[in-house]
Amino acid sequence: MADAPLPVKRMTFGEAGVAAALAILAVAALIITGRSTDAGYTFHAFLFTIASALAVLLIVNRYMSRPAELPPREIDGRPNYNMGPVKFATIASLFWGVAGFLVGLVIALQLAFPVLNFDLPWFSFGRMRPLHTSAVIFAFGGNALLATSLYVVQRTSRARLVGDLAPWFVVLGYNFFIVIAGTGYLLGITQSKEYAEPEWYADLWLTVVWVVYFLVFLGTIMKRREPHIYVANWFFIAFILTVAVLHLGNGAAVPVSIFSPKSYIIWAGVQDAMIQWWYGHNAVGFFLTAGFLGIMYYFIPKRAERPVYSYRLSVVHFWALIFLYIWAGPHHLHYTALPDWAQTLGMTFSVMLWMPSWGGMINGLMTLSGAWDKLRTDPVLRMMVVSVAFYGMSTFEGPLMSVKVVNSLSHYTDWTIGHVHSGALGWVGYISFGAIYCLVPWLWNKKGLYSLKLVNWHFWLSSLGIVLYISSMWVAGILQGLMWRAYTSLGFLEFSFVETVEAMNPFYLIRALGGLLFIAGVALMVINIWLTITTDRYEELPEARPAAAPAG
Amino acid sequence: MSDTYNALAHFAQSWGLIYFFVVFVAVVVFVMWPSRRRRYEEASKIPLQED
Repeated sequence: MADAPLPVKRMTFGEAGVAAALAILAVAALIITGRSTDAGYTFHAFLFTIASALAVLLIVNRYMSRPAELPPREIDGRPNYNMGPVKFATIASLFWGVAGFLVGLVIALQLAFPVLNFDLPWFSFGRMRPLHTSAVIFAFGGNALLATSLYVVQRTSRARLVGDLAPWFVVLGYNFFIVIAGTGYLLGITQSKEYAEPEWYADLWLTVVWVVYFLVFLGTIMKRREPHIYVANWFFIAFILTVAVLHLGNGAAVPVSIFSPKSYIIWAGVQDAMIQWWYGHNAVGFFLTAGFLGIMYYFIPKRAERPVYSYRLSVVHFWALIFLYIWAGPHHLHYTALPDWAQTLGMTFSVMLWMPSWGGMINGLMTLSGAWDKLRTDPVLRMMVVSVAFYGMSTFEGPLMSVKVVNSLSHYTDWTIGHVHSGALGWVGYISFGAIYCLVPWLWNKKGLYSLKLVNWHFWLSSLGIVLYISSMWVAGILQGLMWRAYTSLGFLEFSFVETVEAMNPFYLIRALGGLLFIAGVALMVINIWLTITTDRYEELPEARPAAAPAG
Repeated sequence: MSDTYNALAHFAQSWGLIYFFVVFVAVVVFVMWPSRRRRYEEASKIPLQED
């Protein structure tokens, strides 16, 4: 080993293997393109062909232009972080966010003005609604989680991401899944499971991507230089692992043929409904909660420059959260064919969840103790703190709505929509915006954001939008629920269904206005991020001025 | 059918409950153990470390 020969440039096993696998996929997809009789499926098979062939070209091209040695894991004893995939996912998150919010605004307007369905199948509410939910949850939220988790695991482990192509495969493969899912909805390809609409072939692709994601994440943790696995990483692991299990369980389907997009779920009847809401509620619990708590546990301490308020609380509420969440699904099936005991079990666990949820909220908020004055000066921190407040509010409202008596009023009404959006716009949206505002200057080596004034405007516009959105949906939902259960003195229903629809109209308009304000804020964010990346101008954070302690 | 149901329900309502409670108490005791204080204080500062 004394005098090592000059390194010979060779394709790594990974490069050759991935290129070969993708080449085979390209050929297989081409054959399917030719044999399929379903127009939408033909289109998707063609997309698979193009994307796989393009990926092979990119891999070969990257091999030709790279030096013989792969990038080192460390340079001069300091970790050589791999931030390319993180940058990609950050931008993708913003891109899909804008798209998903806009589609949300369109479907909100469709409910107020049905003419906007244009009598075309592709733009009907039924196809646009899953496009909206998937775009905001999986495309915007998913990319925000990819970006932050791959950033946080490197920084808190003080180790470079493992794998050479693998991290790129994860972010590009995930976004390809988004394209397949989204275009599929508009073309009418769906397995009709809420939040799990993509058909079998998209599900299989996502499974491969997700397993690689899990391996990259775990591998990086195993190579860590920091002895302790930081709590944010625990939340990210719970998120990745549980989503994998949920996806496999709920997506278990048998395709009619390899040349058809149609498949049949192996579960039947009420068991299918239970599996669906075991999946559905834990998508909320592990995707939209555990994952974003991981973001909270890194970005709030970092931005506030304060340690986590109580690390012990974070450990206890982590284990309590993941043990309890997995049982809460049946509360989506109150007063259905699901056995009564299962409904009660779901309700009980949902109510118990209140405690670990608030454990997280208290820990996030109290991390600011000693730095509360920063709320006045730092709009990014303010955004993240308001996000945690929304988390507390919606995790109080959720257990309340899971109680059967309350659910008998709230279920199937717009109250549910309001509840979801206080969590989605307030918690998930704001913590992601806050994290992206932090990440962009760090990733692109800038001294700060282009403008804090724009962040301030974003914050206030969007906050006003959220308030309009959730309050109009509360009123609409309760009104709807009360109208549905109103009886006349003779025992007949007092209102026909269409009368309850008509009564919703003003609230749908207010909701659409709220959505418009939320998007206006996001538009300012996009401009701000764009200018932060492309120019060198930045606005310095004003010096925090803590209140003087009274002389004791 | 109903026997299986009763047996499972009985098991969940007794041993299931005890299991969850014991796990919870074990986690709390583990976390609150005085000798772990230093380790958790260090861990709470991990995000603030620069390399």
